[in-house]
Amino acid sequence: MSPTDWGWLVLAFPLAGMLVTALGWRVLPGRGAGWIASAAIGLSFAAAVGMLLALQDRPEDQRALVGTAFTYLDTGGLAADLAILVDPLSVLMCLVVSGVSFLIHLYSVAYMTSDQGFARFFAYLNFFVFSMLLLVLAANFVLLIVGWAFVGAASYLLISFWYRRATATTAGIKAFVINVIGDVGLVIGAFLLFEGTGSVDYFVVFERAPEVFGENSAQIVAACLMILVGAFAKSAQLPLHTWLPDAMEGPTPVSALIHAATMVTAGVYLIARCFPLFELAPAAADVSAIIGTATLIFAASVALAATDLKRVIAYSTMSQIGYMVLGVSVAAYGAGLFHLMTHAFFKALLFMGAGSVIAAMGGIQSLDRMGGFRKSMPFTFWTFTIGALALAGFPLTSGFFSKDEILAFTLNRGGLYVVLGVVGYIAALLTAFYAFRMVFRVFLGAPVPEARELEAGHMHHGDHANPATGEEEDTGVGFPGAEHHIAEREWPMKAAMGPLALLAVVAGVLGIPGVTETFERFLEPTFEESRFHEVHPSEGAEYAGLAAGGLAAIVGIAVAWVYFMRNPGLRSATRERFAGVHRVLINKWYFDELFDAVVVRPGAALGRFGRTVVESTFVQGVLVGGTVGLVRAGTSLARSMQNGEVRAYAALLLLGLGGLVLYFLIVST
Amino acid sequence: MSTSWFVVLSAFIFCIGAAGVMSRRSPLVILLCLELMLNAGNLALIAFSRMLGNQDGQVFALMVMVVAACEVVIGLGIIVGMFRRRLPIDVDEMSELRG
Repeated sequence: MSPTDWGWLVLAFPLAGMLVTALGWRVLPGRGAGWIASAAIGLSFAAAVGMLLALQDRPEDQRALVGTAFTYLDTGGLAADLAILVDPLSVLMCLVVSGVSFLIHLYSVAYMTSDQGFARFFAYLNFFVFSMLLLVLAANFVLLIVGWAFVGAASYLLISFWYRRATATTAGIKAFVINVIGDVGLVIGAFLLFEGTGSVDYFVVFERAPEVFGENSAQIVAACLMILVGAFAKSAQLPLHTWLPDAMEGPTPVSALIHAATMVTAGVYLIARCFPLFELAPAAADVSAIIGTATLIFAASVALAATDLKRVIAYSTMSQIGYMVLGVSVAAYGAGLFHLMTHAFFKALLFMGAGSVIAAMGGIQSLDRMGGFRKSMPFTFWTFTIGALALAGFPLTSGFFSKDEILAFTLNRGGLYVVLGVVGYIAALLTAFYAFRMVFRVFLGAPVPEARELEAGHMHHGDHANPATGEEEDTGVGFPGAEHHIAEREWPMKAAMGPLALLAVVAGVLGIPGVTETFERFLEPTFEESRFHEVHPSEGAEYAGLAAGGLAAIVGIAVAWVYFMRNPGLRSATRERFAGVHRVLINKWYFDELFDAVVVRPGAALGRFGRTVVESTFVQGVLVGGTVGLVRAGTSLARSMQNGEVRAYAALLLLGLGGLVLYFLIVST
Repeated sequence: MSTSWFVVLSAFIFCIGAAGVMSRRSPLVILLCLELMLNAGNLALIAFSRMLGNQDGQVFALMVMVVAACEVVIGLGIIVGMFRRRLPIDVDEMSELRG
């Protein structure tokens, strides 16, 4: 089979899985829906592997294939096919998305068992994976936008999965609105490109763009900035990031799926996919690099102070995506996508570990309440620690190689980029610190009552309440289920976390500088047109970067150890000493308040103005009221003529007849 | 004999009928006057038919007669109905269909 045939199969399995679980939920017993959905994604992953093998069989210059199913639309000069593009980049994305999603499905089978909306959950999950695969396989901007919007809709459904929980639905709406802002940006960007090149097909656009647009011309920069709006909204970069921490309201597997491995990487994928455009508009690429750097340091600083376990990981996701955006913006495409892959492994692992801990706490997510789970949850402890090591970039883990490659490329560009690279190293230090802040505060120290209970063999299921607000809840559909599930007691959860832990450690071997550059060589056919193709940091620089990164990781971990383990009094002392800084961090740099003041409240005021002045005075009073008055005046005239007097009617008739006769007499003479 | 005499006579009869419809209040008389107007029309039709040597007008006059007969049947039926219910036999009193 040709690679594109495999590509269609990759798309078909999740779609079929979604239909089966969505329509058959009534007849699927127990965990049946979960197994079917997991199998669908597993088959999709197998098809992606088939796609990889079929693609590798071909010579290097023929590794970009377009498979067309039918013409999607062809009207008014705009033609778009329902076509998929199979090249190394999309194959890589398919492998990462379907592979990690498969493990997350497996995890969810156990994790969501007691939830009343079990089958609905898996239908959503499959729909999400289908949308994401459509996004990465699309061969033109139209289909990309379709997948893009599907992903936004699926994330809305999943974030507000517990739809009776007010905080969850609010978070879902927030995510959806911000994603739609991104969609609009992407549509405008695609339109600007279409206006210039007359096509929406990737290859045609990339081919014609250099002829049509001059380098850094206004239109191409505008188009790239609009595409960036879309990418930043999906990838939670400043200032469109506020939805991501709130999206932690969804079930933990959703956080692992959407906010670690797949959806948030869509923006990085988009920038990498549109690299010929960004190389044509270096100004836009610089904006992207600067915003990526700002996000990575901002998110790392907030993660230092956040007390919600999942939010700490969410901010670390933002921070790591910032690295990827920086990477693909400075033309380090291989490095950025390498980090995308390793991050998908260790971040999904961290979320799964966090889910296990939260389950053991009976749904409580606050770090302040946790502690001492090491003995009661050894498997979770070790896998979480591995994930944290990879996140921190500890030497020889996967994150070590991928993150430092990005920074080495950034420093190699010189000029302004050196500043960005240095900021990246500072953030790496912070990353190591907050990663081990989680490990130390959750797993070490004195065991909390829940951990003690678990050591005694009893699982604490918590009192059913919203952890954010404390509101009472039942365990029916639309709320979390009655029981919690931890990795130590559920083999599917272990089966999901084990391979991820392994990959988080060893995935780095795909990209050891100077030794095994397998990953970059694989992506070469996609990026060989890049004008920075030959620009590489020297091996010495790369190893110096690795040493600096490794040092940052070790120092960060050591500081965290001193801070949380050896000298716990230091914590409150620092907090008091830097009370102002702490307040800013705990309030997430007041971004929510800023948006509230700048966007939400003026919007609400505008809405009120519309309702009171425009709607009730103008529309209701003038437009509607005026029409009603006019009709009423006309009808009262007609009514007065209908007086019921037969002789009056006869008189009118004769009058009319006489008038007609007179008229014809005058005309005829 | 010139056609204009017939037409003038027809116009006279029509005006008499119309004046009757307008001025009388008894439905019975109004019906009679309506009949006058219809027959004035018939007279004009037949006069023109004769002038043109064409039979169409005469056929049409027959049709008008049929319609007039039907109308009288219905009109008289209504008047008998009103009489039975002891309603006033006066068209000005019957204005319930006003808007």
